[in-house]
Amino acid sequence: MRVAVIRFPGSNCDLDMVSSLAKIRGVQPKLVWHEEDLSDMDYDAIVLPGGFTFGDRLRAGAIAASSPALSKVKALAEKGLPVLGVCNGFQVLVESGLLPGALLRNAGLNFVCKWVDIRVENTKTSFTRSLKQGRVLRMPIAHGEGRYYLGARELERLEQEGRVVFRYCDPSGRVGKESNPTGTLHNIAGVCNKEGNVVGLMPHPERATEPLLDPEGLADGALVLSSMASRSPR
Amino acid sequence: MALITTKVRTFEVSVVISNKPGVREPEGETILHDLVAKSGFDDVKSIRAGKYLRVSVAAPDAKAAKKMVERMCNELRIFNPAAHSCEVTVGRTPGV
Repeated sequence: MRVAVIRFPGSNCDLDMVSSLAKIRGVQPKLVWHEEDLSDMDYDAIVLPGGFTFGDRLRAGAIAASSPALSKVKALAEKGLPVLGVCNGFQVLVESGLLPGALLRNAGLNFVCKWVDIRVENTKTSFTRSLKQGRVLRMPIAHGEGRYYLGARELERLEQEGRVVFRYCDPSGRVGKESNPTGTLHNIAGVCNKEGNVVGLMPHPERATEPLLDPEGLADGALVLSSMASRSPR
Repeated sequence: MALITTKVRTFEVSVVISNKPGVREPEGETILHDLVAKSGFDDVKSIRAGKYLRVSVAAPDAKAAKKMVERMCNELRIFNPAAHSCEVTVGRTPGV
């Protein structure tokens, strides 16, 4: 499986993403500059890594979202290619309209940088299909704009359609106010499109693929990244 | 052959992007609670921070200038319609 990791000016998790993907059996990641050509002849999946594309000018992800690269990503997503956006990549997906909603300034105004627990809510997406429903994963977050927002009626529909993919929780899997790091609505940490091939999440799976780097000695992020290469049905 | 010329002038257009009513805006809340209310301005009930763009645009008249900036804001998603409202007014002062 050939995976394009798209690099914009200001991306800074791109190399971590490539190195994490390269450890997964059957995955060949390639760093692709955003002005390079992107066709489905060359790639089987696309990852938008974290960072501060275009210096977060206007709004996190807003300028990358209007770039020619994103028009191509949109076309490939419509063809069913798995597309993952992590942190700023999630912000780009939301700003481009590939995913619904907005990622607003954290309620506490702080840049929140810590290890969190997230619960898998939907196992039908390209990036969770090898995981069990309700499984708790440990990953770090590091962002200032991660408060997911969607109007009440649309949020209800999103929930009904099971499109919340990850929710912040405590280590036992309980979802509550005390496990919500940013004031994000419904503890949402990640959502997907209707088809489940486009997923965005604020936590960083690529920073949780080395047991040595996880205080608990786990590597839960690898489970998300390797899902796209798993053979089990989407 | 007579040349038809349309006089083009430069207009200043103000764009204010703010969170929709009902969407929490923590910066304004902090300014209100931790500065304004603590400093005795008890009559101030709400503060909402936002983003302000002052756009200079060449257009035949004010109406066309406003229309062009509105189209720019919509097409380029200068604001995110899920969470923001966007107010476009001709002139250096928003909302006049």
